[in-house]
Amino acid sequence: MSDTLVQISNAVIEGRVKDAPGLTHNALQAGLTAKDILDKGLMPGMDVVGAEFKKGKKFVPEVLLSARTMQASLDILKPLLAEAGAKMTGKVVVGTVKGDLHDIGKNLVGMMLEGSGFEVVDLGKDVAPEKFVDAVKKEKPNIVAMSALLTTTMRSMGHTVTALKEAGLRDAVKIMIGGAPVTADFAAQIGADAYAPNAPAAAELAKKFVSA
Amino acid sequence: MESKLIGRKTEVLIGPDLPTVIIGERINPTGKKKLAEALRAGDMDYVRQLALTQVEQGAQVIDVNVGTTGVVEEVVLPRAVEMVADATGLPVCIDSPDEKALPAALKICGGKPLINSVNGEEASLARVLPLVKEFDASVIGLTMDDDGIPDTAEGRLRVAEKIVERAAKLGIGPERILVDCLALTVGADHRAALTTLTAIRLVREKLGVNLALGASNVSHGLPDRETVNGYFIAMAIAAGVNCPIVDPGKARESVVVADLLTGRDEWSQNYLAHYRAAHPES
Ligand code: B1M
Ligand SMILES: Nc1nc2c(c(=O)[nH]1)N[C@@H](CNc1ccc(C(=O)N[C@@H](CCC(=O)O)C(=O)O)cc1)CN2
Repeated sequence: MSDTLVQISNAVIEGRVKDAPGLTHNALQAGLTAKDILDKGLMPGMDVVGAEFKKGKKFVPEVLLSARTMQASLDILKPLLAEAGAKMTGKVVVGTVKGDLHDIGKNLVGMMLEGSGFEVVDLGKDVAPEKFVDAVKKEKPNIVAMSALLTTTMRSMGHTVTALKEAGLRDAVKIMIGGAPVTADFAAQIGADAYAPNAPAAAELAKKFVSA
Repeated sequence: MESKLIGRKTEVLIGPDLPTVIIGERINPTGKKKLAEALRAGDMDYVRQLALTQVEQGAQVIDVNVGTTGVVEEVVLPRAVEMVADATGLPVCIDSPDEKALPAALKICGGKPLINSVNGEEASLARVLPLVKEFDASVIGLTMDDDGIPDTAEGRLRVAEKIVERAAKLGIGPERILVDCLALTVGADHRAALTTLTAIRLVREKLGVNLALGASNVSHGLPDRETVNGYFIAMAIAAGVNCPIVDPGKARESVVVADLLTGRDEWSQNYLAHYRAAHPES
């Protein structure tokens, strides 16, 4: 692997936001494509960060800083990726469900997905079932990822699944859910496809969904 | 301004010059498998045990939150509140966003409990304040509204003012509102705690009300939370919080020392009692 790519990976792992644009430009000048930088620099970096977080060796602020670093590089790469028509891993619509304002976990999930090469459409927080349905119509994602942190808002996840069914879109997408009170049983109960306990697991699941 | 909560056996006074009142946070199933399972099984014995342990550790009010999957709050909350009120004799802090569970728990609680919580959202004000009035309760007022949590201390003050004004319209005095300026995790925003501390000072100065705070929120996502929480609790008390919602087993020392250093512990009596309890042979 090229030296620049290793440097980019390390910058992501160590959360050196300031270094990201320079390193990205260097890599482009050295003739690497935007897709290479994403696949072989940013993504392996985020993989390491995700694994360390799962092991309890990295903590939330460090993950956020790594994600910020990746973002700084992606800002430069995105237009190039679009221009080249590079094929992303897939597309995910993410959002925190209706009545729920907790978005830190959802943001981490979105960042990990981007770090795995997904195009992420973030609907924000307090997202009603109809909004998920509209977004699925408009964006045609492979996956819908919902987050809820309150026992009182979890049921809104079920409502979204139902709304997607009623709109005839249920089979067009995979649905995964997560958040502190959510369980695998609950996912099965509401007819979602899967539950992810944390952000790295959500990214792994998403990869499985699109490769299946 | 003094706030009074009344339990089945004990009255608790909260005021700026009085020792800090600990609201024990541990009856809350988030992140606690054993409690979640006990609640699902309807086993109130573990709830009782958690309540009594916290009393031993220095809690004077017990927060009761039973929100987890597989628990119908409307059924379980009144049972848990009854158990805690009965076993401890202390005032209970009824912590539930569930519309039906809250009145059901208030009906059996008796005394003058603390409702956790109302906020500046129109729907919340309309739903919770009439319950405060009907049951002669006090209430924690969260400084957030339909637009979320204000990023600034001034914004949080405005929500606190709104809650106090709306309560006054129903004949609920400001001494029955305990404002919570909202502790958010510094793990996600490095200025989060600073904003909260500034808001606490501002609300204390402008409204003179008593102040609650879910202080343990401050450390989510960080290692060694106990240390971070301990320093934050002391800073929050110095800024004006007088009834933090915390784990008394872990936070008691910070509370006692903060009281000692802010003129709330005459002749160091509480500090010395705490010292002797921790060093029985000396
Ligand atoms: C596939 O899709 C996926 C996959 C994985 C997914 C996923 C989606 N979403 C998450 N994951 C997973 O991946 C993430 C990273 O690995 C993880 O995400 P998490 O979100 O779990 O983790 C984050 C990285 C860090 N964690 C967090 O960000 C949440 C931390 C705690 C302390 C928390 C916070 C910060 C807040 N809160 Co609130 N808050 C609490 C939380 C306590 C807790 N134990 O969780 C909780 C969730 N809050 C609670 C409550 C009650 C409330 N909160 C409220 C408000 C807030 C703040 C706004 C102050 C703030 C949120 C700020 C924000 N911008 O998000 C109020 C409600 C507002 C509303 N309508 O939503 C309020 C009602 C007020 C109150 N009394 O505290 C409790 C819920 C109780 C319950 N049983 O429902 C609570 C558990 C605290 C407690 N112990 O009582 C995984 O869950
Ligand atoms: N008015 C008001 N009420 C509140 C909060 C608030 O802000 N304001 N926030 C909460 C305060 N109580 C807690 C209880 C537990 C934790 C906590 O952090 N628990 C660990 C588990 C601890 C354990 O295992 O013992 C966890 O990971 O979730 C944090 C705040 C709930 N009630």
